[in-house]
This record gives sequence, C-alpha cells and structure tokens, in this order.
Amino acid sequence: MAIATSPEFKTITINMGPQHPSTHGVLRLVIELDGETVVSLKPVIGYLHTGMEKSMESKTYHKSITVTDRIDYLSPLGNNMAYVAAVEKLMNLTIPERAQVIRVILLELTRISSHLVWLGTHAIDLGAMSVFLYCFREREKLLDVNDMVAGSRLTPSYFRVGGFFQDVPDTFVPHVRKFLEEFPKALGEYQNLLTKNRIWMKRTIGVGVLGAEQAIDLCLTGPALRGSGVRYDVRKAKPYSGYETYDFEVPTGRNGDVYDRYLCRIEEMKQSLSIVRQGLDRLKPGTVRADNPYLFPADRTDVKLNMEELIYHFKIMSEGYRPPIGDAYFSVESPKGELGFYVVSDGSPIPLRTRVRPPSLINLQALADMCIGRMVADVVACIGSIDIVLGEVDR
Amino acid sequence: MGLEELVPDGILTTTVEKMVNWARRSSLWPATFGLACCAIEMMATSAARYDLARFGAEVFRASPRQADLMIVAGRVSKKMAPVLKRIYDQMPEPKWVISMGACASCGGIFNNYAIVQGVDTVVPVDVYVPGCPPRPEALIYGIMKLQEKIDRAPLKGPDPAPMSEPPAPPPPKASSASA
Repeated sequence: MAIATSPEFKTITINMGPQHPSTHGVLRLVIELDGETVVSLKPVIGYLHTGMEKSMESKTYHKSITVTDRIDYLSPLGNNMAYVAAVEKLMNLTIPERAQVIRVILLELTRISSHLVWLGTHAIDLGAMSVFLYCFREREKLLDVNDMVAGSRLTPSYFRVGGFFQDVPDTFVPHVRKFLEEFPKALGEYQNLLTKNRIWMKRTIGVGVLGAEQAIDLCLTGPALRGSGVRYDVRKAKPYSGYETYDFEVPTGRNGDVYDRYLCRIEEMKQSLSIVRQGLDRLKPGTVRADNPYLFPADRTDVKLNMEELIYHFKIMSEGYRPPIGDAYFSVESPKGELGFYVVSDGSPIPLRTRVRPPSLINLQALADMCIGRMVADVVACIGSIDIVLGEVDR
Repeated sequence: MGLEELVPDGILTTTVEKMVNWARRSSLWPATFGLACCAIEMMATSAARYDLARFGAEVFRASPRQADLMIVAGRVSKKMAPVLKRIYDQMPEPKWVISMGACASCGGIFNNYAIVQGVDTVVPVDVYVPGCPPRPEALIYGIMKLQEKIDRAPLKGPDPAPMSEPPAPPPPKASSASA
C-alpha cells in the first residue's frame, strides 16, 4: 500500500492492490480516506488484460471455446454455454434433448462451485478462516465431475457447438446423486458458521447498501441486483436450454446490503440443487450431438475404412465449420450475472469479431457507490459481496 | 515418535549446510500472488483435500517481506509485469520462484499483444510446472522438486539457481582479456 497525503493534509490516498489478498485477484483500488472514512474510490483495472476477444478473432469457432473457459475461470462451463449458444444461434442449430438436460445439470453444478469459491474467499476476507476449508472440501467433489466428463478439473471446455463431443460417462449420474445427498448437510454447516454469527452479521448487515433503482441504473445483474430486491434472472427472463420447463425460484433480498447478497447466493445454491435433481430425473438415453455433418467428425472406425469420412474428418479438423454471414448475441445467467457473447461472422471459419458482456466488469461499477462514506474495512466486505473475477473484468 | 531411539544420547551430528537447507526447505512461505485461473488451483492445493501443510508450505503471506517463495499462478500481462518484479524485489533473500502453468511459463495459449511470453523474462524461475492449469498434484510435485533443489544448495558460493541480478560487470582491469 502506497500512501500519499493531499496538499491540504486533510485526506490521504491509499493504493489497495494490485497485489492484495482481499481484492480477489489483481484489482487495484485508489482510495481517498478522511481518517478511516472513504471519501472517493476508483478501481484501476487492466492488470490481467489478456486480449481474449482479439485472440478469438484469430482462432476458429471451435478453438475459441478453450479461451472462454479462462474468462471467468470460476464458472468455465457457464462461459462455454454463452459462447456455444451464440454460435448455435448464428448457425440455427437444434440441440438434442439429452444434451440440453446435461447442459442444465452441469451449469447448475458450476454455479454451486463458483458460489462456493465466493463464499470461502468472502468469509476469509471477513475473518472466518474455517469456512474456506469446508467450501473447498465440497467444491472438490464438483471438480471431480468436470474431471469425469472432460478430463480437466478447472477448464473442462466440455461444451461444443451443437451439443457435446462425447456423452457423459456411466459414473456421472451416481456421482451427482451422491453429491445431491451430501451437499444440503454441508450447506447447513456453512450457515451454522455464518448466518447467525454475530461478527458476520455486524460486518455485513447495513454495509454497502444499494437501492433497487440505483442497482438498475448501474446495470447490475445477478445476485448483486437481486440482493436489492429486483427479481431479474436471465433463466426466467430469456430462458435457454430448456430452463422454462424447470421449477425453481429466484431468491431476492430486501435491503440490498452485503448480508442480503450473501443470503441470496446461499438460497441460489439450494435452488440449483433442485434444478439438478429435476434434470437427473428427466435424463433419458439419446444422442448428444446436433444433426449437422460439418460439426462433428465421423466415427473413428469409419474414418479408417472410408475415403469420404476421412475427407470430412480432415476438413473438420483442419478448417472447422463456417457459420452463415450474420451476427448473434446470446446471454446466459452466469453465477456473477448476465454473461453475453456477441459473435459476428463473415462466412469464414474464423469469427470477424467476438465481444463479451462481462457481468463482473459492470457490477464492479457499483463498488464506489457502496463504499463512499463508510469505513475502509467495509471496502473488503463490499468487494466480496459483488463477487468479481478479474479474469472476466479485464479479459 | 520413535525418533528418540535413533538419537539415544540426544545428540545428532550434521553439517551447518544440511541443517540450514533442511530448515529452509521445510518451511517455504509462499507469497499470496494469485493472478488468474492457476490461483484457484493454488487455493485448492492449500485447501482441505490436497493440504499443502504436509509440505510446510501452507503459510501464504500477504506481504512479500514475509515470504520466500513466489508462485506465479496465472498469466502475466504487460501491465502486471513491473508490479511482479517489484514484489519479487521486496522479498528477502533467499527466495525462489515457481512458474505455475503454461501462461506463466511461456505465454500459454495467449500469444498476443497483452501477455508476457514467460515470466522468466521478468524474474528468475526455479521450477516450471506445466499444465493449463496444473492439477494440485502437479503443483505439489513442483514444490517437492524445489525442495530437492534447496537441499543441494551450497551454504556459501554461487547458488545453483540463476541469480536475480544480471552478472556483475567485470572489474576494471588494465590488461584486455585474451579470450
């Protein structure tokens, strides 16, 4: 932290970050303090700028899926979904029923695992160490699911344009069912540790209050908006992947403070469990690939025996597919808020332009409004409550 | 413990070098320096299932002045590189660097205008851990490899690791070198 005094010696300016344990990555905040009260706060971003949108303009549509994993690395499958759905919209594809159900199951499991990281780090920031260890204990089981379906824990890149490349293994359903049985107990443990904890309540209730109108004016989405009492969820407003057929509630808060956002996310995890349960019940055997010969290579044995299949295989692997000329925007409800992808195609295998609408960047705008006039210690609580991921802020 | 039987008189002879290296390798304190995706796996490594405490390296320090190991976990942007160098310079000697993941080691999949193509262009790296991101087991293996390296370090004389500073300029000698 660098400290500089203003010429009048009334306020001091401190520099929080970019290397700070409570900024959830490499966020830098320039805070002007009068004593311990925040007078002004300005986030300085770009320390993790990766040029992802530019990178995606030099990769084929298929290769870009791996880049989307690394935008919001806490919910990689949510990013996969937003991207592949945008390309699917562009190509006007119909996704098989089974693939849609598996997508919903995986998206909700990813939501839980993202909220678990949020809960653990938020609790550590406010001084509760043990919650972190319990959260990661449960999260490991969800990473095992990623490992099972895609062979990678954190960056699975499992979704494909047109469904999936492979179906889930046989161990998938029993593993998820076991998780569904165990997780409510663990969720109760977290709540025992925090919800009625007097220190936790003192640090969070009435802190970082945002009114509903203010939240809408700031374009907030996700739990940061719902904590202020606005019932907006992309899964309900613009349903995708069959979300309209699932029965679930959209939890909202009342006061718009850090505590309400905490309760919202806890409740969201319960709702996600219910969606996963409904998804598992309606999972029926079937294909997971859309009916389009340009998207998926033929069966391996056919490739070895037939010239035609070999040529197709070569074309798909070397060139990729060509969506028609046009553009498409698709948004999903990621754990952080409304995540959208805008893809422009010029008819070639490489997108002309890909643009991300990152919820973390837009939610970060609210930080100054939450913190000004409050103590500097509350800044940490506010950062945690809007749940930013710097990979998504900077891209 | 059973250890007492091995040293019945309560006396153990060793060299200062071995003892110092044993102490250094057994309590590596990493700096909390998470950049991107790999930082999440680094957190997972220190959490319940993988339990980095078994290797004495679980004390993540927020201040570089209290740390002797820097795990560069994630992609280093060109804006972040000077900050990273400064944090490295603030760490007291002896210090080590683990480059975790493909991005930190060589730029990974991001070969573009924004990303430093390998953190070894900024700070000297002792151990490279491949993967995108590496699994926690891989990071633990990297830390074990670093411990082996610390074991071999001589107490005096040049460190086996490349030094952080560029080699000192040759002393001003009148006679020009024949080589």
